[in-house]
Amino acid sequence: MAIIDQGHAARQLIYEKVFRSATLCAAILVLLILGGVGASLVHGAWPALHRFGTGFVTREIWNPVTQQFGALGPMYGTIVTSLIAMLLAVPTGFGIALFLTELCPPWLKRPIGIAIELLAAVPSIIFGIWGLFVLAPILQSQTQPWLIAHVGAVPVIGSLFRGPPFGIGILTAGVVLAIMVLPFIAATMRDVFDTVPAMLKESGYGLGATTWEVIWHIVVPHSRVGMVGGVMLGLGRALGETMAVTFVIGNAHRISASLLAPGSTIASAIANEFTEADGDLYTSSLIALGLLLFLITFTVIALAQAMLRRLERQSGGRL
Amino acid sequence: MRLSNVTCGFLIAAALCAAPGQAADISGAGATFPYPIYAKWADAYKTLTGVGLNYQSIGSGGGIKQIKARTVTFGASDMPLNPAELKTADLVQFPMIIGGVVPVVHVKGVDSGQMILDGATIASIYLGEITMWNDAKIKTLNPKLSLPATAIAPVYRADGSGTNFLFTDFLSKSSAPFKEKVGADKSVQWPVGIGAKGNEGVANMTTQTDGAIGYVEYAYAKQNKMSFVVLMNKEHQAIAPNAQAFQAAAANADWAKADSFYVILTDQPGAASWPITGASFILINREPSDPAAVAGALKFFAWAYKDGGKMAADLDYVPVPPGLAAQVSKTWASSITTQGKPVWSEK
Repeated sequence: MAIIDQGHAARQLIYEKVFRSATLCAAILVLLILGGVGASLVHGAWPALHRFGTGFVTREIWNPVTQQFGALGPMYGTIVTSLIAMLLAVPTGFGIALFLTELCPPWLKRPIGIAIELLAAVPSIIFGIWGLFVLAPILQSQTQPWLIAHVGAVPVIGSLFRGPPFGIGILTAGVVLAIMVLPFIAATMRDVFDTVPAMLKESGYGLGATTWEVIWHIVVPHSRVGMVGGVMLGLGRALGETMAVTFVIGNAHRISASLLAPGSTIASAIANEFTEADGDLYTSSLIALGLLLFLITFTVIALAQAMLRRLERQSGGRL
Repeated sequence: MRLSNVTCGFLIAAALCAAPGQAADISGAGATFPYPIYAKWADAYKTLTGVGLNYQSIGSGGGIKQIKARTVTFGASDMPLNPAELKTADLVQFPMIIGGVVPVVHVKGVDSGQMILDGATIASIYLGEITMWNDAKIKTLNPKLSLPATAIAPVYRADGSGTNFLFTDFLSKSSAPFKEKVGADKSVQWPVGIGAKGNEGVANMTTQTDGAIGYVEYAYAKQNKMSFVVLMNKEHQAIAPNAQAFQAAAANADWAKADSFYVILTDQPGAASWPITGASFILINREPSDPAAVAGALKFFAWAYKDGGKMAADLDYVPVPPGLAAQVSKTWASSITTQGKPVWSEK
């Protein structure tokens, strides 16, 4: 064993080189695909962008008859439904993850964990159908009349809950999205919380900290980066979700003050209209919508990265 | 296992050898509305002749794109192309099957077929001018009904479709303000209302929303027992939607004078005509790059005109009237040619 076989070493060197270039190629492939998608989107969107200029993102009009297209309505719908989804899913997911890792009796841990993973595996069309046939009627007959009667009268916030209860609309889409992204957020956070070294937690308890103090001062700071990652994963899915939203959002290219009113998202508009879009400008406008979604998602990820870096800098060497 | 592999290989080889003797499958793409009947015809035709049909129901827009790119033998569209567009793309167009769009309502105390509406009133509803079911205009048309003071929830098809085109075309013909503000197309900008995806989406929204009005394909309304509306047609007759009323509209249309069968069947004359009737069209290259394939397709269409009527009626479609089919056949002989000769003609 002490004598190194020359031939063997040379072979290993070649293997190493081959392996290295293979992984490099795989990594470059990602860049190529991303660049290709971006380039073809820009190419396809060019006629619309050239024709409408900045008006494409600032105008709330979507009229195939007069060939006038502006993306403000779908952009608004995409961002607002995703925000509602995050507002509902992040605290819930955080709660689920904390309960599972810190408070849950061991016998309950597995069933809940498996349930979350199964929820993540449900195809999005199922959520859409469920949203349309089950959730929307309940919202229409119970929740929305209550919201209109009790919250609708409150100044400022009230304007978000006015108008006739249709059951479907921005709010319903947000709720369905929240349920869809919840398992991603919960599962990621649980996995991150699990990586907190037991010694740190035990030391905390040993110093007389309460469960709450251990969670807040040890578990959460230790897993901050992973938590933001989970939220971003969920947000990414919410922004791009197509079928489930198409079923329940009401598909109107309008911006309404009320969350109960129908709206549309970028993905739902493309799914609805692409098959029957004839005429170059119409098709191009739909591709331009796709490009906008690409940019929105990109911006969100960039912001998340920047936020993470700031967090890391602020906490200094504490993590 | 090995034996079965060998057998499979043998069978494939045998099939390949036999293939040149048989005609290839017909390939087509386009409209979703006629897909069920094309599939049914194709099935019957395959048992009869061994020639199958590969039809991708990707939507009329996709069908038009594919036939222009010559990637399929025929394209199908729910909205006829105008003669100028056909000329630029070097295409021949003919009607294949007829159907109707039916307004449906969900109003308490109103049963199927009880409510009478006309195009102008429906246009006002979809423009947001009439917002309550007990509006004076609706009351005038329905003196006997007791109409509730419920808000009207207009429901529309959010996805681009031939159904949208027929409905908005009818409303545009009935109401000048609608024509000016919305217009007729496969997708339009609706000033009010909720959009639902597909016939099933519109049907479901209408059924579960109190005070809703929507519009779906006839077959869908019939099979789901939806509460349909009786419409006033061009001759001011109240007409219930059924196959006879669609057929009347198709028969009363002036096909003979129309260039390239460019006829939109909405708002046709005739006391018995249903005003929102539409034909689904087939598009074929004027000088096909594969004449044999087009001949096969035309043979299939000729068979469907002749023997497909019963199957169409079973699925609540309306077959093309015989006179029109004869006219289409003449067009094939004169317009779809290769080296100056017709690709296929009926013997």
